[in-house]
Amino acid sequence: MSGLLRLCTAGSVDDGKSTLIGRLLYESRGVYEDQVRSVEAASRNRGAGPIDFSLFTDGLKAEREQGITIDVAYRYFATARRKFILADTPGHEQYTRNMATGASTSDLAILLVDARHGIREQTRRHARIARLLGISSFVLAVNKMDLVGFDRDPFERMRGEFRALLEDLPPSGGRTAAMTLHAIPLSALHGDNVTTKSARTPWYDGPALLPYLETVEAGRALAVGAFRLPVQLVLRPDHRFRGYAGQIASGVIRAGDAVTIWPSGMRSRVTRIVTWDGDLETAFAPMSIALVLDHDVDISRGDFIATTPLHVGKRFSADVVWMDERPLDPERPYVLKHSARSVTAEIDGALALNQIGRVQVATARPLAFDPYAENRITGSFVLIDPATNFTAGAGMIADAVGDPRSAEVAAGVAARLARAARDAATDRAAVDAVRDLLEEILT
Amino acid sequence: MTMPLLTTFDEPSRAPSTTLSHLQALEAESLHILREVAAEFERPVMLYSIGKDSSVLLRLAQKAFYPGPIPFPLLHIDTTYKFREMIAFRDRQAAAIGARLIVHTNQDAIADGTQPFAVGTQRCCGLLKTKALLDALNDGGFDAAFGGARRDEERSRAKERIFSLRDANGQWDPKRQRPELWRLLNSRLGPGESVRVFPLSNWTELDVWRYIDAERIPVVPLYFARERDVIVRGNSLIVPEQPFVPLLPGERPRRVRCRMRSLGCSPCTGAVRSDADTVPKIIEELIAVRHSERQLRVIDHDQDGSMEIKKREGYF
Repeated sequence: MSGLLRLCTAGSVDDGKSTLIGRLLYESRGVYEDQVRSVEAASRNRGAGPIDFSLFTDGLKAEREQGITIDVAYRYFATARRKFILADTPGHEQYTRNMATGASTSDLAILLVDARHGIREQTRRHARIARLLGISSFVLAVNKMDLVGFDRDPFERMRGEFRALLEDLPPSGGRTAAMTLHAIPLSALHGDNVTTKSARTPWYDGPALLPYLETVEAGRALAVGAFRLPVQLVLRPDHRFRGYAGQIASGVIRAGDAVTIWPSGMRSRVTRIVTWDGDLETAFAPMSIALVLDHDVDISRGDFIATTPLHVGKRFSADVVWMDERPLDPERPYVLKHSARSVTAEIDGALALNQIGRVQVATARPLAFDPYAENRITGSFVLIDPATNFTAGAGMIADAVGDPRSAEVAAGVAARLARAARDAATDRAAVDAVRDLLEEILT
Repeated sequence: MTMPLLTTFDEPSRAPSTTLSHLQALEAESLHILREVAAEFERPVMLYSIGKDSSVLLRLAQKAFYPGPIPFPLLHIDTTYKFREMIAFRDRQAAAIGARLIVHTNQDAIADGTQPFAVGTQRCCGLLKTKALLDALNDGGFDAAFGGARRDEERSRAKERIFSLRDANGQWDPKRQRPELWRLLNSRLGPGESVRVFPLSNWTELDVWRYIDAERIPVVPLYFARERDVIVRGNSLIVPEQPFVPLLPGERPRRVRCRMRSLGCSPCTGAVRSDADTVPKIIEELIAVRHSERQLRVIDHDQDGSMEIKKREGYF
């Protein structure tokens, strides 16, 4: 079990999400006594009872005045078992982009519903976004159970409805993956089933919310799966050392492993795994390390070092969440940032702020990638508007377009050309060798 | 420590070796941010405030570029009112690490007699910290400045981005901040714009101390409890290092066993009564005591939401 759980929360307006998070923080000592005093004073001013838990999480002055939450806020709390990073995203439909932002780094989503109102359109939308962003662990928090007399029937009805809803949702890329759902009846206002089991729901045999979060196995284990290192920096402190630094996206690497560089397709072998704390025999995701390879190959920022092939190509389909007030314009080029590489891209599709849709992407230079359903790091990208530099879109790669074998063929060709050039004694000879080889390949 | 809430936990040694502790996960994320900035910006600089968060940031920078040196200078904004022990520590650390250190002071304001009791804390901070910082960033042509701020420090920081965009005047507009998804950071800037970068965004105060403990990172001795001569004023313990700190009638320094929980200018940073004289004792104290560290900074008491106002103006 990982010592760190990243999760996000979503709910409709007035479902009591801020109160629930405020109470989680309060009960797990994620807030301090002076903050409690300041919130007590503010609660008195607003006439909201002894402690208005929602005030712990309302951050910016502007939104405290408006009484709504308008951006993703990150909260931290810890128990003896685990540390939690919680992305608190607002419930308004116009802030879909915030939900997507929070979900992109989360392994688990808590969806909050009001026991009186049940599953609403907003809930469906949040579930769809969470699923699209690759979340497979869900908690349905049925709140305000006190207002329905802690009655089991509406709870069971909502649980069934939500399970059916999740099963109907297409996961990212149209692939199915294992999913878990845990539903909890609670009252955030009164503390029922938040940190300890409530005596008022004797028919509920599961754990309270916090104990559940402490032990749940959530998220795909990054270390499982093929090894991918996006090269962030080439470290060259002197002529004797050349290391490829990055944060491992997935998988495990050992000193001695054979690797291939993408998109070039060149092969090499790992000789050292270097860190400030000493060389390692084994490294795995999400560690930040530097690799030394057994001979000098031409690797630059944005390349991938991997143990199995990535897709290589300039065309793919993707699901995109639009985050900019200016709608997506298929006539304009965007800057597409994928891992450590930025390329110019044209996007065929029509999306306005907070819309989500399938688009076709054509990049100016080939990218090496995986489908998002297989890898959240090598399968994701953002679109930047070059006029405003705003992060306008968030994309999840669905599938490569074109002959799947062409990528490997192209990569093989690139490797052969590079080898021919390298083996030549002079620049002149290198030009000749590459020309001859190209002619041979093309005819 | 409180007891675990559930007791069905029996996977200690057989746990797969391919999971990271939460500190290791935080470290890996921070190294990624540091490297991304070094790769994508022309002239990064690291704000070095000498405190515990800066000490952690410095260690992370050493790790990120190892075996190479830290590829950017450190910048200290010296108000001239910092604790003397801080300045001694700063010079020792910079020399030990071999980093280039830039020290900048708003000399005009000092010559004008700027100090908190003469002009008020807000104006003093504005001149000696905010203006000095903006001038130094401008003079150096820096397009990215690392800071040690954490999102858990203060409510208005909970929504801060890892790359916090500043306009040509160094100011922050909460409505123009860019969404940050996955590990993807948008480093594109318009003319005159810059970013403040917060690699410790996801760390808490407790994480910082646990990391200092695990990594044996040196910190300023002011963090450790010992007998100190302080002025006791209500709940505040003020170290009278500066001659301009006025004594109220009947006040005189008393010896109190105390320590600093956060470091700043001596007239405006209160000490706390404490027996914690080692890092593990500080961690124990943090788990037991429930006061946010910023409460001890006199400067933040001015008004509700004052940190948000300072940030909009360009403060870190």
